[in-house]
Amino acid sequence: MKLTLRVWRQPHAEAPGAMATYEVDGISPNMSFLEMLDTLNEELVLDGDEPVAFDHDCREGICGACSLVINGDAHGPEPTTTCQLHMRSFQDGQTIDVEPWRAAAFPVVKDLVVDRSAFDRIIQSGGYISAPTGTAPDAHATPVPKPDADFAFEHAECIGCGACVAACPNGSAMLFTSAKVNHLNVLPQGAPERETRVLDMVAAMDEEGFGGCTLAGECATACPKGIPLPSIAAMNKEWLRATRKVRR
Amino acid sequence: MTRTLWDSTVGKKVIMAVSGLVMLLYLVVHMIGNLKIFFGAGEFNHYAHWLRTMGEPFLHHEWALWLVRIGLVAAVVLHGVSAYHLSRRDIRARPSGYVHRKPRAAYATRTMRWGGIILALFIVWHILDLTTGTVHPGGFQSGRPYQNVIDTFSTWYGNTVYIVAVLALGLHVQHGFWSAAQTLGVGNATRDRILKTTANALALVLTAGFVAVPVAVMTGVVS
Ligand code: HEM
Ligand code: FES
Repeated sequence: MKLTLRVWRQPHAEAPGAMATYEVDGISPNMSFLEMLDTLNEELVLDGDEPVAFDHDCREGICGACSLVINGDAHGPEPTTTCQLHMRSFQDGQTIDVEPWRAAAFPVVKDLVVDRSAFDRIIQSGGYISAPTGTAPDAHATPVPKPDADFAFEHAECIGCGACVAACPNGSAMLFTSAKVNHLNVLPQGAPERETRVLDMVAAMDEEGFGGCTLAGECATACPKGIPLPSIAAMNKEWLRATRKVRR
Repeated sequence: MTRTLWDSTVGKKVIMAVSGLVMLLYLVVHMIGNLKIFFGAGEFNHYAHWLRTMGEPFLHHEWALWLVRIGLVAAVVLHGVSAYHLSRRDIRARPSGYVHRKPRAAYATRTMRWGGIILALFIVWHILDLTTGTVHPGGFQSGRPYQNVIDTFSTWYGNTVYIVAVLALGLHVQHGFWSAAQTLGVGNATRDRILKTTANALALVLTAGFVAVPVAVMTGVVS
């Protein structure tokens, strides 16, 4: 496959950026999108140019490190992560636009790499449970009804990649935050912090400068893990419940 | 709790949802009232008069009407100010867009802000036209609303402004009703269909019900 790439290049956070055009040839349809970028980078390095910086780690769709807005879609045209996106999803001779996540709370570090530490701070504000340490408890010591376990698991699938923020016209982190809140709030293990968790995580989310939710639904469409849009309504319900219960 | 609501994006959206639903409830009642125009001047004017006497003798003349007006002004102001705050925040949260643009979200969703501005301007014009009579075409007659309505809808601009606003309202309600359900935490996967259907039905009934009046005057059904 021969492709024309238009890639966002930005030397560092303060420098202005622009789209740069590259031609890549000899791309196999079985390559992942990241392997295609590796091929481009090899050529750039051989030519003595600066390689394109992009985030990646596991390359098996579980870590949430990879990003990229590809032809206007977060993680590209398939419902998966960029590392799991294959070049067979594109046509020979196609022009592909590659841009970083765009949000005030995710500033560009270099080229396609953005700083997602705002998500870490949201997690720090309440995305944990307080559990006594020691030997692992018996598997059935704390019974969890099956529907609750399913609900928790569905939300636990969130890998924190930030595609929801990148896709949202308001740069909102509501889907991410709702996935984390719902995952823990439905479980008995998460019950002690049930109210403070949702209040603190929503407050942290606002603090980071993410936008609000207008229910456009772009986040759920972009999510590689299929976190559904109603998660946001479920978190809103938890938030309203907590505001009624907690006086602060 | 008031501060928690006002200071949070989630809370401010709750204020928008509640004030929006208050306005929506009012509009359903308002639309039904308007349709009385099809039963002639006598019944329509009598209904308008009753709006001033409702609640009597427990309440003084026009008190009930003023309570409704105060509630509505509060709803419009809270809704508008929250919309402004949240929109400003949303725009700041996405300072640079994508070079590769895609058509995004449904039309009703994308037009909430402009639709809201149209509605706000319409509300001002509408009150100056048919409540105070300040900008009314042809002598405004207090206590003769039937004739006033006919006068307004006998001008091309009266019809245009009104119909555009009502179409904007339909779109606003279509997204707004469903959206409010999500904001208030009532939405979930199983209820999604019924909520969307209700939103569509409400939008359709309100649009048709409100548009019926100018259309009837234009076609001479009501004169
Ligand atoms: C004063 C003029 C108005 C303005 C400036 C305005 C503006 C807005 C905006 C910007 C939104 C948020 C849209 C979004 O989240 O995507 C909204 C939502 C909404 N509006 Fe309005 N609007 C106005 C009048 C009305 C009226 C007359 C109604 C009554 C039917 C109404 C009902 C709603 C509802 C139910 C929502 C949904 C709230 C939520 O998402 O939780 N609005 N409005
Ligand atoms: S690199 Fe780990 S999810 Fe893509």
